[in-house]
Amino acid sequence: MAEYNMHILVCGGTGCKASQSELIKSNFKNRLNEFGLSDEIQVVLTGCFGFCEKGPIVKILPDNTFYTQVTPEDVSEIVNEHIIKGRKVERLLYRDPETNELVGDSKGMDFYKKQIRIALRNCGFINPENIEEYIGRDGYAALGTCLSEKTPDEVIEMIKDSGLRGRGGGGFPTGLKWQLTRKSVSDQKYVVCNADEGDPGAFMDRSILEGDPHSVLEAMAICGYCIGADKGLVYIRAEYPLAIERLKIAINQAREYGLLGDDILGTGFNFDVEIRYGAGAFVCGEETALIHSMEGKRGEPTVKPPFPAEKGYNGKPTNVNNVETFANIPVIINKGAEWFASIGTEKSKGTKVFALAGKINNVGLIEVPMGITLREIIYDIGGGIKDGREFKAVQTGGPSGGCLTKSFLDTPIDYDNLVAAGSMMGSGGMIVLDNTDCMVAIAKFYLEFTLDESCGKCTPCRIGNKRLHEILEKITDGNGKVEDLDRLRLLSNVIKDTSLCGLGQTSPNPVLSTLDHFYDEYLAHVTTASCPAGQCKALMHYSIDPDKCTGCTLCFRNCPVGAISGERRAPHYIDQSLCIKCGVCVAKCKFDAVLIG
Amino acid sequence: MNKIKNLADLKKLQSEVQSKIKLREKGDSPEQLVQIKVSMATCGIASGAKETMNFLIEELDHQGIDAVVTQTGCMGYCYAEPTIELTIPGQLPVVYGFVSKHKAQEIIEKHIKLNELVDGIIPVAYSTIDNK
Repeated sequence: MAEYNMHILVCGGTGCKASQSELIKSNFKNRLNEFGLSDEIQVVLTGCFGFCEKGPIVKILPDNTFYTQVTPEDVSEIVNEHIIKGRKVERLLYRDPETNELVGDSKGMDFYKKQIRIALRNCGFINPENIEEYIGRDGYAALGTCLSEKTPDEVIEMIKDSGLRGRGGGGFPTGLKWQLTRKSVSDQKYVVCNADEGDPGAFMDRSILEGDPHSVLEAMAICGYCIGADKGLVYIRAEYPLAIERLKIAINQAREYGLLGDDILGTGFNFDVEIRYGAGAFVCGEETALIHSMEGKRGEPTVKPPFPAEKGYNGKPTNVNNVETFANIPVIINKGAEWFASIGTEKSKGTKVFALAGKINNVGLIEVPMGITLREIIYDIGGGIKDGREFKAVQTGGPSGGCLTKSFLDTPIDYDNLVAAGSMMGSGGMIVLDNTDCMVAIAKFYLEFTLDESCGKCTPCRIGNKRLHEILEKITDGNGKVEDLDRLRLLSNVIKDTSLCGLGQTSPNPVLSTLDHFYDEYLAHVTTASCPAGQCKALMHYSIDPDKCTGCTLCFRNCPVGAISGERRAPHYIDQSLCIKCGVCVAKCKFDAVLIG
Repeated sequence: MNKIKNLADLKKLQSEVQSKIKLREKGDSPEQLVQIKVSMATCGIASGAKETMNFLIEELDHQGIDAVVTQTGCMGYCYAEPTIELTIPGQLPVVYGFVSKHKAQEIIEKHIKLNELVDGIIPVAYSTIDNK
């Protein structure tokens, strides 16, 4: 087979695909064809590179050139200059925002320097639709080793020694979970992969399935071998079409190569995987609700025990793990438990994938060792806060988590420290907030989400959250009273203590955490009816400073409701009864004459 | 595709397909590898740089020497094409002129494998922004 001298990797993650990366790939192919280079240069569509902020990404190897924000039109320039003449196209290189220097090599980028990519090892490296590239990266070697050289108990022992904990949020030790399911006696057992990623702003699992689906399939087969199951199910939401597509291709290829199906690698072990679709309900990420949904019943949780390890899918013992947890397994088998356990902190081993979103410069997907500080994530990898604003907090754990403030910037991040700080690891969404974000509004946003997603089975969650939301609404409308803050806390605690499943037990967390850390902000809303962040529109009051106003009439001409009046070259004023607080006048004024109070 | 029957088959397939993506793995640590840049402007290509480059890639691969071979623009020694710039890890780059296949073979055998300089080195007669 032909050897390629050069590889062009084009990001095929959902983000970059939406920015025409497929067209970029075909343009490359056409262009290379014109030069007769298609036998010498390989063009590959890979999984996510993680640097979604500057997508679409094109990486050229072996010289490691990292091009950002490439458009289909840029392709001929890259081919003509870089490929033919060996000159990098400077205008497409990444520019370090601090030093303003061009970074030609992706290893020189701060974004990648502190990352350790284990679960994402193949994302942005291999073609996810080609099983051979996965095999070339030690793919299925872990499964082979387990089946031929290790007993199930030895493998479980290895996973336990590695210290791997569930990456879906709870942090339950994975090895222990496998052992419990192994001990249950039954004629049929199941391995379930939870790909129902529901936190707003989180896309780790989707990226892994899109970029490296085989790692999950391999790990599920290993899990099946350990617990004594011959059937695996991936529960994935139908709103992830690309991940589903690649997963299907991967399953078919694995069957074709005899790595799924009967008598795998001649060891007599049978294992096959099927896909089950979810409709995208948040509560179905909870394992009992997920199992009910797969059985075709309503996606509602039930009380544990019995745990799925005893009675799960169709009443049979079932082991449910998250996508990212599975993606770690083959590496642990190949590199050893000690290697994995050497990364991270005392009680949280390995790495964690985080989806960085919000007011941060480098929005994207990162994988960092446990124990890294928030400061390193936000300032070194994330490139700091957008527009040079001030960091206020970071929301982790989604609607079940809480906010970490400035005082936690230097706290090492692991499962236990986050819980101690009043938040949680969650699935790994990190939403960065700056000083223009109102914490009451943030709490309200998450509560709106839980309100929509509550299944309605138990009263505290169904009605309690509704009442919580009403109180928050009252506060952001400027009608709140100081007593409301105590009622918020009391009600939150009742919901936490009495709800049936994890969704209700954690839904008040955003409220409690913001109450703890930003009590002053709540107080300002209820005592002086003002929003310090300037986000709650109902509490804002626009007026024009007569000393600064030059009477240019720009605000008058742009006000959509005609609330501004005044003579030319004389100070204008805003009619409060007409003003809808849209902020257009602030944006248009060139003299900073519009005051917000 | 035939099914993979056992672990040995899997390992065999793995070593076969590894070469396909080896180049990408090399990209992760280029500074530790032998790097060769082949000057491939019009003058270079006309003088046979393409053949030289293909020969280098095949021969190095054949001998199992990990190296990164890339193409670059005109180095300015149009009279001495094909030219290559060879960098052994930890040493200064050396430019060779008139690199035919035969010369390339000699460079691999002597310079890369034994670290002995070969005739035909073009002395550095310029300064760049980096070394000025």
